[in-house]
Amino acid sequence: MNLLRILLRFVFDRTERTLGIFFPAHWNPMLNLGALGFFFYWIITVSGIYVYIFFDTGITQAYGSLEYMTNDQWYAAGVMRSLHRYGSDALIVVMLLHFSREFALDRYRGVRWFSWITGVPVVLLVYVAGITGYWMVWDTLAQYVAIVTTEWLDRLPIFGEPVARNFLSPDALDSRFFSLMVFIHIAVPLIALVLLWIHLQRIAKPRINPPRGLAIGSALSLLVLSLVHPAVSQAPADLAKVPGDIGLDWFYLPLYPLLENLPGPLTWGAAVALLLAFCAVPWLPPMRKPPPAEVDLANCNGCMRCFEDCPYNAIAMRERSDGLPFEREAVVDPSFCVSCGICAGACPTATPFRRASDLVAGIDLPDRSVADLRTEIESACNGLVGDARILVIGCDHGVSIAGLQGPGTSLVRLRCIGQLPPSFVDYVLSKRLADGVVLAGCSDNGCHARLGTRWTDARIARERDPQLRARVPRERLRVLWAGRAGRGRLEALLGRFGEQLQAIPADASPVHKPDDREKTEELVDG
Amino acid sequence: MARMLQFIGQAFVYAALAVAVGYLSSRPVYQQFPEGQAQIKLSFAHGAARTEACRRLTSKEIAKLPANERRPNTCSRERVPIYVQLRVDDETLFDQKLEPTGLAGDGPARTYRKFVVAPGNHTIMARMRDSRRSEGFDYETRHETTLVAGQNLAIDFKADAGGFTFR
Repeated sequence: MNLLRILLRFVFDRTERTLGIFFPAHWNPMLNLGALGFFFYWIITVSGIYVYIFFDTGITQAYGSLEYMTNDQWYAAGVMRSLHRYGSDALIVVMLLHFSREFALDRYRGVRWFSWITGVPVVLLVYVAGITGYWMVWDTLAQYVAIVTTEWLDRLPIFGEPVARNFLSPDALDSRFFSLMVFIHIAVPLIALVLLWIHLQRIAKPRINPPRGLAIGSALSLLVLSLVHPAVSQAPADLAKVPGDIGLDWFYLPLYPLLENLPGPLTWGAAVALLLAFCAVPWLPPMRKPPPAEVDLANCNGCMRCFEDCPYNAIAMRERSDGLPFEREAVVDPSFCVSCGICAGACPTATPFRRASDLVAGIDLPDRSVADLRTEIESACNGLVGDARILVIGCDHGVSIAGLQGPGTSLVRLRCIGQLPPSFVDYVLSKRLADGVVLAGCSDNGCHARLGTRWTDARIARERDPQLRARVPRERLRVLWAGRAGRGRLEALLGRFGEQLQAIPADASPVHKPDDREKTEELVDG
Repeated sequence: MARMLQFIGQAFVYAALAVAVGYLSSRPVYQQFPEGQAQIKLSFAHGAARTEACRRLTSKEIAKLPANERRPNTCSRERVPIYVQLRVDDETLFDQKLEPTGLAGDGPARTYRKFVVAPGNHTIMARMRDSRRSEGFDYETRHETTLVAGQNLAIDFKADAGGFTFR
């Protein structure tokens, strides 16, 4: 399992990096797979509604109505039909990539099992919707799909009369069967939508819309394809004949030749085993979960920043329980917490300037506290020498920083870059522990903990609390969101940054002078 | 210039997606049935005779039954298996005993089988035994047909219609 994950991760990292050459970071399709899935879903829905206006569910009329759309109204209903088909295929592409990528990035175990498990039935329902869609055209492909599907169902000993007998001969066919297909074809995607809503329940601020540029590009590509190579029906179905050559949709029907030719116990056994394996994957093996974040009420003033920043809705704000004069207090639900530490990075009390009292944040990771972080950073910077001393702060899942340390470079690694309170950057530079700080993390939009890079960007840009103080010289800070494949970029950045730091006049170096806020804190703590 | 190259690269990625989707949505073609052959499909669901004949209940037996379940006759629930034979020319394509469905063996026996045959003139003989007799057949239908390549001949069984039907 681990080997497969590593291999897939390598492939995804390379693909993401290659696409990153052409796409702006937040447009990278690899970082928007889930959102693209939603986008294609809406394309399918809109085009499907339009096609349904002209579609006739009768046995002989179904094929004719689609021929009318394709030939007589090619410019509108024909295009919509093609968008419906190709959008459905594109949905399969991004859905399977999304599944594989979450697996490769190990974002399906631990508390994230919920999103994985609720995603499995969505995949099945999308396939059911697609297969019933092909059925409704009632061409030779539909005939093949109908017969193979019902023959496969008949291999289960649960039907009194074989369902496939509905397609035994032309006179056996009944229009009611088509009505049933239409019902399934419409009901199943709606059920899938409800499941998608559940799928996102444990995710804060889910991105269900791709960036506008990516959406326009994807829609245009499908539109051009629809005009250049319209989706058409195959020959009309005729149960008195056996279709020889079938133009299969290999996105939806790749297993049909196997279903048709392999024994029923084998195909049903494999299907059930595969489904069970998919459902069991989050526990194969179970993730060794670090302890969840803990709230220290004595330091929590109920400011809600951790609540706002938590990527997994693991924090709730409740009525104050300890008598302190604040309205609310943060409460962590351990079953939702992925221990990313973003909450600690958001906490206003997690400031390394605190000296008069112990550095205990209002919310923190018990096994990776901000107090430990301060000690580690001080220790890492202690041995730095030269004119361009750089502290690189990386994360467990982004660009690898291992092996970059040297006389002028030291390293600190966090669970997630969002775990870093911005005051630590101020601390390092104002205390002259280093001449420059580099923050290196996952790709933009590709943060392992979802929102770490986004919140860090916003904190540095002073758009989100806790903000990086204005006094911090921005020329001494570099940020690289590059993912695993960005090692080369990080090395190049370090080289350039070292030269730039040396070029900064010595008198521009930050000199620490306690500001009013620190003085006040010292008074309070003292 | 770099921006232009970016746009070209994006266009290339979108084009690759479109080509892949457009091609794989209907190609490569899959040959699901051998070229130049015909098909015979034998399928039916038919309830055979009960394993024991119905008999009249005695007045004592009727009296023992709850008032709402009293009836003059009693029949066994289980059905006998159906024996079916299908011959095309001199070749036996199907020769099987089909057990009744249902946990109590009281449902119809059923089958759904497909056979690939060469096109041309054929004499098809379909036989069925669905009674308690141990030899011979209760239904027997001989059908002369000329099959063409790609044709599907469905053989069904409807006792009400007199036996096997060829469509």
